[in-house]
Amino acid sequence: MVPESHYVALSAVLFVMGVVGVLVRRNPLVIFMSIELMLNAANLALVAFGQRHGTASGQVLVFFVMCVAAAEVAVGLAIIVSIFRLRRRLSVDDLSILRW
Amino acid sequence: MALVTFWILAALAVGCAAGLLLRKNPIHGALFLVGNLGSVAGLYLMMRAEFLATAQVIVYAGAIAVLFVFAIMVLIPGKEETGPDPLRPQRWLAVPLAGLLGLEVVLILRSAKLQAPPRPQAVAGGVESVGRLLFTDFLFPFEVTSVLLLVAIVGVIALTRRRAL
Repeated sequence: MVPESHYVALSAVLFVMGVVGVLVRRNPLVIFMSIELMLNAANLALVAFGQRHGTASGQVLVFFVMCVAAAEVAVGLAIIVSIFRLRRRLSVDDLSILRW
Repeated sequence: MALVTFWILAALAVGCAAGLLLRKNPIHGALFLVGNLGSVAGLYLMMRAEFLATAQVIVYAGAIAVLFVFAIMVLIPGKEETGPDPLRPQRWLAVPLAGLLGLEVVLILRSAKLQAPPRPQAVAGGVESVGRLLFTDFLFPFEVTSVLLLVAIVGVIALTRRRAL
């Protein structure tokens, strides 16, 4: 039986890698994938903690996180597609429309 | 045996995440993301969370990855990151900052006393207990989720229409 601390340590590593992806990459699609990585790491920690407490509540929470992630990806990709139609470019450094 | 499986799956997950960070081509990144999600699904199986492992494969590795691949094909990016990087010095700052974040996470987790022996309790898991919780204690959030998905569908259609609504 693998101790839960292993899973939590792995989820910490994956979360930090997702943060690095968001900070380093310039392609908004890759940044979105890194956000998915972070959500996934949080899910792993949730399942591990739930297992630790002997309840299935952690798994239910992960189910909700998956729903929110699916909605978030759909809306985010739609925003990226409409920005691409508007600007014909796809780099997050160009996206300063909202800045004044 | 379980420990060996865990280490193999963990190495796969971390390797795929590193591939996502390092490869320039977003299609390769999407494939690495699928590999990462698949190995995390294996970890769910090891924790006796069969429902989540299935949902992970269907929702994440299936639907979300396909959505990403479609978006990549529509947008045809890949040339955006080949040009000169105007913010290169700032980006190198990300590495020490990530190290700092990792240190913080480790410190927080160490204070959580995960090393204590687990309570001798029957491990709840399996599809039945998850479903029972979903339709009793978490019934209201479960129903709200459907509204959330509906809003997402309508929002996506409104956002990607050629003509303004």
